[in-house]
Amino acid sequence: MTRSRLLALLLLCLLSPVGSAQVPVEDNPSDDPAVEARLAKLSHELRCLKCQNQTLADSPSSIAADLRREIRTQIAEGKSDKEIVAFLTQRYGDFILYRPRVTPTTYLLWFGPFILLLAGLVVLFRYIKQRRDTIPDQPLTAEERRRAEEMLRS
Amino acid sequence: MLRYLIPLGLFLVLVIFLAIGLRRDPSKLPSALIDKPAPAFRLPQLKDPAKTFSSEDMRGKVWMMNVWASWCMACREEHPYLSRYSKESGVPIYGLNYRDKTEDALAWIGELGDPYVLSAVDLDGRVGIDFGVYGAPETYLIDKSGNVRHRHVGPVMPEVWNKELLPLVQELNRQ
Repeated sequence: MTRSRLLALLLLCLLSPVGSAQVPVEDNPSDDPAVEARLAKLSHELRCLKCQNQTLADSPSSIAADLRREIRTQIAEGKSDKEIVAFLTQRYGDFILYRPRVTPTTYLLWFGPFILLLAGLVVLFRYIKQRRDTIPDQPLTAEERRRAEEMLRS
Repeated sequence: MLRYLIPLGLFLVLVIFLAIGLRRDPSKLPSALIDKPAPAFRLPQLKDPAKTFSSEDMRGKVWMMNVWASWCMACREEHPYLSRYSKESGVPIYGLNYRDKTEDALAWIGELGDPYVLSAVDLDGRVGIDFGVYGAPETYLIDKSGNVRHRHVGPVMPEVWNKELLPLVQELNRQ
C-alpha cells in the first residue's frame, strides 16, 4: 500500500465516528465455550451483508454484531446449525452463505469451470488429431536419409 | 472464416456479461421476502412508548415501512422527499426507528419534521433481522394482504419514487 493511500485510510478511520451516534455495538460472549465454538464455526461460513467480502465472524459492522447475538441466542435455545442457517437464509437470502448452495441457479457457477475444462480438452485433442492427419506419413528419400546421417555424424 | 468468428463471438458474449456486471450495484441485495408475508411484530411507538404498533394493524391497507435512524446520513437525504411523497400519493409511511437512541430519534424528528404516520422503535435491531434489514435507509412496500411486494435499499430519491415505488403503489391500490 502506498503512503498516500495509507494516509487516506487513516483519515477515513478518523472521520467515520462523525454523526454515528448509533446504539453501541457490543459483543457479549457467552460463558459457555461450546456456544462460542459453534458460533465461530457458523459465523465463518456466513457473509456480512454490509461489508460483503467479510464473514460474520470478521466484520465489525453493527449488523454483523446483531446477527452474532441472534445466533448465540438461538444456540442457547437449542437450535441446530441447520435451523439457524435456515432462519438466516429465509430473511437474508442465499447471499448470506459464503459457500453457495448447489441449486439449479448455481449449477453454472459450480460446474461451469469443469465444463470449460472439458471443452478445452476436446478442442485440444481435435487440434492434435487434425495436425497429425495433415502431416503426411512418408518414408525418407535416399537423398534425405544421406543428409540426416551426415548431420548425426558431425 | 469460422475459426475467427467463434473466438470473436465468445469475446463479445464476455464483454456483454462484464458490461451488465459492471452496471449492477453489488451493495443492493434482493430481498428474500418479496411476495412473502411481512414479518409480524409489535413494537412501542416512538412518540408514545405506552402505545404499540403492529404490522397486523395494517391489514387491508397498502403501506410503506421506512427503516431510519438519526445516525443514518442517507435518511436525512431522503427525508424531505418522504414527507412530500406521502402527502402526494396518500400512501401511509410508517417508520421503523432502527438501532437508535430514542432521545436522538425524537430530536431528529423535532428538527426536520416527522414524515411518518408514526415510528415504531426497534432498539436492538431484532425486528430488522426479521425483515432482512442490513442498513438504513430501507423501504418496504406491503400490500393489502400483508405481503412484502418491494424493497428499496438506500434513500428514496425522485427517480426511485417515480420509477419503482409510485407505479407499484398505484397498482396495489387498484387491487
